[in-house]
Amino acid sequence: MEYATIKELVSLAEAAETSIWKIVLQVEAEEEEMTELEIRKSMLANLNVMKEAVEYGRKNNIQTGGGLVGDEALKLEKYLTTAPESEQNNIYNKMITYALATAEVNAGMGKIVAGPTAGASGIVPAVVLAIGEEDNLSDQKLVEALFTAAGLGYVVSRKATLAGAAGGCQAECGVGAAMAAGAAVELRGGSPRMAADAFAVALKNLLGLVCDPVAGLVEVPCVKRNAFAAAHAYTASTMALAGIESVIPADEVIMAMTEIGDQMPTCLKETSRGGLAVTPTALKIKQDL
Amino acid sequence: MSIFEIMGPAMIGPSSSHTAGAARIGRMAKLLFADKIDRAVVKLHGSFADTAVGHGTDRAIIGGLLGFLPDDQRLRSSFELAETEGMEFSIEEVKLREVHPNTAQIILYNTEKAKKLELVASSIGGGRIEVTEINGSTVELTGRMPTLWILHQDRPGEVGIITSILGSYKINIAFMQVYRNRKGEIGSCIIEMDDQPNQDVITKLENSEDILQVRYLPRI
Repeated sequence: MEYATIKELVSLAEAAETSIWKIVLQVEAEEEEMTELEIRKSMLANLNVMKEAVEYGRKNNIQTGGGLVGDEALKLEKYLTTAPESEQNNIYNKMITYALATAEVNAGMGKIVAGPTAGASGIVPAVVLAIGEEDNLSDQKLVEALFTAAGLGYVVSRKATLAGAAGGCQAECGVGAAMAAGAAVELRGGSPRMAADAFAVALKNLLGLVCDPVAGLVEVPCVKRNAFAAAHAYTASTMALAGIESVIPADEVIMAMTEIGDQMPTCLKETSRGGLAVTPTALKIKQDL
Repeated sequence: MSIFEIMGPAMIGPSSSHTAGAARIGRMAKLLFADKIDRAVVKLHGSFADTAVGHGTDRAIIGGLLGFLPDDQRLRSSFELAETEGMEFSIEEVKLREVHPNTAQIILYNTEKAKKLELVASSIGGGRIEVTEINGSTVELTGRMPTLWILHQDRPGEVGIITSILGSYKINIAFMQVYRNRKGEIGSCIIEMDDQPNQDVITKLENSEDILQVRYLPRI
C-alpha cells in the first residue's frame, strides 16, 4: 500500500472504511518494517515534547537569539486569567497561546518537534492539544491526529517543498496550517474527504505567503504567524465539518503552491533581502544585533 | 521517506537547517575523527556565517562535536561544556567556492597522536546534511543509512574483498561510492547499507589485508 497524492490517501481510507490516520500508520509500518505499536510510541514521544514546549512557553519569559520575542504567550496567559470565563474557555484563545508558546521555545533554542519545519512548529501542536483539552481526548487520539497531519505533509514533501528558502512561508506555515486543519477534522469526527477539504481551503488561503524574517531570525514575523496559522487551521476544519467543500482539490492546491513558490522572487524566500526584513526598523535591528 | 521526517524530528530550535543540521554536521565530524578532539577550528560559510549567533549554529556545531544529538538540551551550553571537556575551539568565517549556502568547514586535531581531520559539510534542508569533502577528497556522505567509511590500498580486487565480507554477513549494500586521489595509493569507499553491521563484521574488515581503516557511522 502506498500513496503519493491526497486523493489516493482519501481513497485508501474510504475503501477501508477508516480514517486517514490509520492508513498513514499502516503505510509507515510497512515501509519502515516496524510494528504499529512501535510507531505509536515514537509519535507519543513527539506528543510529549510538544506538551512540554507549550507548558514551558506559557509560563516563562524566554531569552531568544535576537531578543525580539519571548513573552508573548506569557502575556496572553496573564491576560486570559483576568478575562471573563467565556474568553478563558474560548478554544481560539487557547490555540493562539499554545502556538506562541511553542514558537517562542523554538526561537529560544528550546526543544520542539519540527513539523513540518521548526519555524512552523507551533501550529499543529496548538490545534491538536487545544482540541484534546476541549473534548477531553486521550493521548492515543492525539497521536492519531499527528499521523493525519504527518501523512498530509508527507504528500506535500513528495510533490513540493517544505522549505521557506524554496517556496516561501506558504510552504512552512501554509502547509503547517493545512496539516493541522486535516488533523482537526479527524479529531472532531469528520470524514477523510472533509479532512482533505479542510487541508485544501487552509492551504489555499495562505498561498503566496512570503518568508521575510527580520535579521534572518526565526522570530519576526514567524512567532506570531504561528498563532494566526493555528486559528486559520481551526477555521478551515469547522468549514469542512459543515460540509463546505474546496472547489479546487487539495492536490491541485499543492501544485499551485509549487508554481507560486517558483515565481516568488528570491528576495522573499528566506534571504532577508526583501519585505519586512528591509524595513527601516528591521535594518536597524539587524545592525544592532 | 518516513513520516517522522515530516512530523519531526524532535530538535532544539530555532532552525532545522541552521541548528539541527549544524549539530548533525558536528556529530558526523566527531564520528569520522573517532579520537579525542583537543582542538576544533570551525569555519562558517554563507548563510551559516551570516546568521550563526541568532540561530545557534555555532553552539550546535560545537555541541555536535561533543557528541550531542539535535534534540539534546545541552546544545545551548555547548561552549561552556567544551571547556570542561578540554576541547579548545574557534569559530571563524570563510568564503568557500561552489558550495551550498549553509556550509561549514571543520578541522579537528588530536595532539598526542598528531592527528588531523578536515572536512566540508552542508546542511541541505530539514536537518539533512551532506559531507562533501574529507581531507581534500570529494565524497558524498549523508548519514541517512548505516554507513561504513573504509580506507584501503588501491589495488585490483580490494573492493571485491570488502563487498564479499559484507555479503557473507548478509548485509545488503544500498549505495556505494569508491574514490582515490592517485592510482595505487590509498583508496576510500563509502558504503551505505540496509542493515547495521555488528562488531564481528567490523573486526573482520579491519583484520583484512590492505584495509587501513574502518569507520562505522550509525544513522544520524
